[in-house]
Amino acid sequence: MIIELGHFALILALAVALLQMLLPAWGARVGDARLMAVAPPAALAQLTLLAFSFLSLTHAFITSDFSVEAVWANSHTAKPLIYKFSGVWGNHEGSMLLWVLILALFGAAVALFGSNLPDTVRANVLAVQAAIAVAFLVFIVFASSPFNRIPPQVEGRGLNPILQDPALAFHPPFLYGGYVGLSMAFSFAIAALIEGRTDAAWARWVRPWTLAAWMLLTLGIAMGSWWAYYELGWGGWWFWDPVENASFMPWLAATALLHSALVMEKREALKVWTILLAILAFSLSLIGTFLVRSGILTSVHAFAVDPRRGIFILAILTVLIGGALVLYAWRAPQLRQGGLFAPISREGSLVLNNILLTVACATVFIGTLYPLALEAVTGAKISVGPPYFNLTFAPLMVPLLLAMPLGPLLAWKRGDLLGVAQRLAAGVGLALLALLATFVLEWRGPWLAPFGIALGAWVIAGPLCEWGTRVKLSTAGRGEVLRRAVGLPRSAYGGMLAHAGLGLTVIGIVATSAWRAEEVVILRQGERAAIAGYDLSFRGVAPRQGPNYQEVVGLLAVTRNGSPVTELAPSKRTFDTPRQTTTEAGIHVGWRGDLYVVLGDEQLAGGWVVRLYFNPLVRLIWLGAIVMALGGLLSLSDRRLRIGVPRRARRAIAQAAE
Amino acid sequence: MPHLLATPRALPPLPRPERGQGWRRRGWAAARRTAHAAGLLIVLLAVPPALAVEPDEMLADPALEARARSISQELRCLVCQNQSIDDSNAALAKDLRLIVRERLRAGDSDGAVLAFVEARYGEFVLLRPKLNAHTLLLWLAPLLLLAATAVGVIRRTRANWATPAQAAAQAQPLSAAEQQRLAELIKRERDPSG
Repeated sequence: MIIELGHFALILALAVALLQMLLPAWGARVGDARLMAVAPPAALAQLTLLAFSFLSLTHAFITSDFSVEAVWANSHTAKPLIYKFSGVWGNHEGSMLLWVLILALFGAAVALFGSNLPDTVRANVLAVQAAIAVAFLVFIVFASSPFNRIPPQVEGRGLNPILQDPALAFHPPFLYGGYVGLSMAFSFAIAALIEGRTDAAWARWVRPWTLAAWMLLTLGIAMGSWWAYYELGWGGWWFWDPVENASFMPWLAATALLHSALVMEKREALKVWTILLAILAFSLSLIGTFLVRSGILTSVHAFAVDPRRGIFILAILTVLIGGALVLYAWRAPQLRQGGLFAPISREGSLVLNNILLTVACATVFIGTLYPLALEAVTGAKISVGPPYFNLTFAPLMVPLLLAMPLGPLLAWKRGDLLGVAQRLAAGVGLALLALLATFVLEWRGPWLAPFGIALGAWVIAGPLCEWGTRVKLSTAGRGEVLRRAVGLPRSAYGGMLAHAGLGLTVIGIVATSAWRAEEVVILRQGERAAIAGYDLSFRGVAPRQGPNYQEVVGLLAVTRNGSPVTELAPSKRTFDTPRQTTTEAGIHVGWRGDLYVVLGDEQLAGGWVVRLYFNPLVRLIWLGAIVMALGGLLSLSDRRLRIGVPRRARRAIAQAAE
Repeated sequence: MPHLLATPRALPPLPRPERGQGWRRRGWAAARRTAHAAGLLIVLLAVPPALAVEPDEMLADPALEARARSISQELRCLVCQNQSIDDSNAALAKDLRLIVRERLRAGDSDGAVLAFVEARYGEFVLLRPKLNAHTLLLWLAPLLLLAATAVGVIRRTRANWATPAQAAAQAQPLSAAEQQRLAELIKRERDPSG
C-alpha cells in the first residue's frame, strides 16, 4: 500500500512539475505576478511529494518488501541495516529517484531563500528547474519505475557485495548532490539568457550554489577514489575509468565556472563565457548520468541490446543541452560585456585558469568518448586507457599549477608581475627547498618526481605568501598583523585553503606514483617478509563469520626495527547472496605512508600468496580533497555570500530611493 | 577497519586448511567456476578482487620482470571493463602476462612484445592508442583545442584588454563631486537610518 502511495506521489510530482514549468515561465513573459507566484509553492509541493515517494521506497527496502521488483533485485534480509538503506540508491531505479529528489531540494531552496531575487528571475529559474524535473520524472515514471510490483518472493537477490561498504554507501548522494547542484547554475544561466541581462548580482547568486555543488562533487569523487583504493585490492586510487571520468568532467567545468564567476562578480567581465560554462558544467553532469546509466560504456552493443533507457536519456540530453545551446547562440551576443583589463592581471590569470581547465576537461571528454564514436562510425575498436590520459592531462595541469600562486596576488585590471614575484620570493624558496630535500632523500630517482613534489610545495606556498602579503606580515607590527588576519574575509581564507588542499593532493599523487613499493610473496605460517622498512611475520589464517558473508582472515604481525607496530588482518570475503568474493586489504597508516597488505590465494604446494605494498604519502590525496572542500565551506560561510545580505542591500537601496 | 583489527590477537594459530575441504575452498571454487562459466558478464558486473601478478608467473631476472610489469600496464584485459592485464586476475589476463614474459625471455624488445600481442588480439588490446589515421584526431585534439581556445578567448576578450593608457584613464582619481558623493554613500551605509 505504501509503495502504491509512493508511486502515486511520484506521478503527482510530475504533474506539479509540469505546472511549475509552464505557468511561471508564461507569467514572467507576460508580466503576470499571480502566475509567477505559482512557482515557489509548486517547488515546495514537488519536494514534499518526492520526499514521500523516496521514503516509501526506503520503507520497502528496510522492511525487505520482496513484492517490489527493485527491492527483490537489490536487497536481502540478512543485509546490515545501513546497506538496506543505501541499497535504495545502489541500483538504477532508486538512484534516479534520488537524483530528482536532490533536484527538488535545490528547487525548494530557491523557493525558500530566493525572495530577494527579482520576481521574473525566480520564476524563470524555477521553471527551468521544473523542466529538468519533468524530463527525469517522465523517464522514471515511464521507463524506470522503482515501484513495479512482482509476485511476492521469499528472499531477495542481494546487493552487489562490493557496494556494501560505508564509503560507497554515501558516495552516490554526494556525487548526485554535486551533479544536480550544477543545475542551479544552469537554470540561472537560462533565466539570464531569457531575460537578456546578467550582472554582478547574477554571479553573486550563482557562485554559492556552484560552490556548494563543487564541494559535494569534490567529496564524492574523493570518496569514490578512497573506496577504490582500499576495496579493489591493489591500492590504485584513480584509473581513468569512463565512470570516473564522468564525474571528473563536471568537476573540472565547475572549477572553471567558480573562477570565471569570480571575474563576473567583481569586474562584470567574461559574462558570456561564464554563462556558457554554467550550461556546459550541468550538461557534463547530464552526460555523466547518461554514460553511467545507459550501459553504453560497457559496449556500444550492450547499449543496442536494450536501448530503451539509453535512448530516453539521450533524448533528454538532446532537448536540454541542445535547447540551452541554441538559446545561448541566439541570446548571448546581446549581452553587454564590461570590465577592461590588461593581460597581466587577476582577470588575465583567471582567463588562463579557464583555458587550461576547459581544455583539460575537453581532453578527458574526447578520451572517454572517442572509442565509442570511432566504433559507431567506422567499426574499429580501440582502447583509450590511462597512458593516454597521463600523457595529455598532466602537461595541461603543470602550467595551471605553476600559475596558481600568481593569480591571487595579481591586482585586478592591471597587475605588476615583478611585485608579485617579490611577494612570492619566500614561496620560491620553499619550493626549491622541497626540491632539494626530495633529491637528497630519494636520490635513487625517478628524477622527475622531486620536481613534482616541488610543484606541490609551490602550490601550498602560494596561499601562505598571499596571506603574508594581505596581513602585511613583513612590514606591519604584531597588533596590526593580528587585526588584519582577523579582518580578512572568510572567502579569502576559503580560497587559500582550497588552493593549499590541491597542493597536498599533488604531493600525494606524485609521491605514491613515484615511490610505491610492491612485493608479491608466498608465505607459510611463521614465515616473514619485508617491505619499506617493515617486517611482517605470517601467523596463518583463520575463518570468520560475518553478518552476510564468511571470510578467511590472514594474520600478520608487523614490526619495524624490532619493535612491534601493529597486526594486520587482510581477508577474503565470500558473500552468500549474490555468491561473490571480495578482498579486504589490511592497512596500517603511518606518517610516511600506508602499509597495504592483501591476502591472495592459497597455493597447492602450501602457503598463501600475500601482496605487500607501501604507498608513500597516499593519504595526502584525500586529505587534500577534504581541505579543498573545507575551503569551499569556509568561503560559503562568508558574510558576502550568506543568504539575506543581498536583501539588506536591497532594503538600503530602497531607503535611499525614498 | 577496527572490527578486523580487534579480534585477531585472540585467535590461536590455525592449522592450514586441507585442500578441497571446508566451506572456504568450496566457496571460492564455486565462485571461480561461476565466474569462468558466465565469463564476461560476471566479470563486468562484479569487478572481481584484482590480484594480478601471481608469484609463479614472475621472472627471476628483476630487470626483465620490471619490463614485463610496465608492458603489462599498457595492455588491456580484454574480458574486463577497463583494466590492464597488470591489474586483472582474469584467466585471459594471466595468459597474456605469460605471453609477455615468454617473449621477453626470447629476447624481444618492449615494442616487439606489444606488436606481438597486438598482432594476435587487435588494436583494442593497446591501452595507449597507436598514432594512425583513425586516432590522429584523438592525439591532436588536446593541442588543437588548446590553440583554438586560447585564440578564441584572446580574440573575444581582447576588446576587454586595457592598454596602459586606458587603464590609467580608468584609474583617474575621483573628482571633488564624486568624492563627496562617495562620502555620503559610506555614511549612509554605516548608518542606514540616516
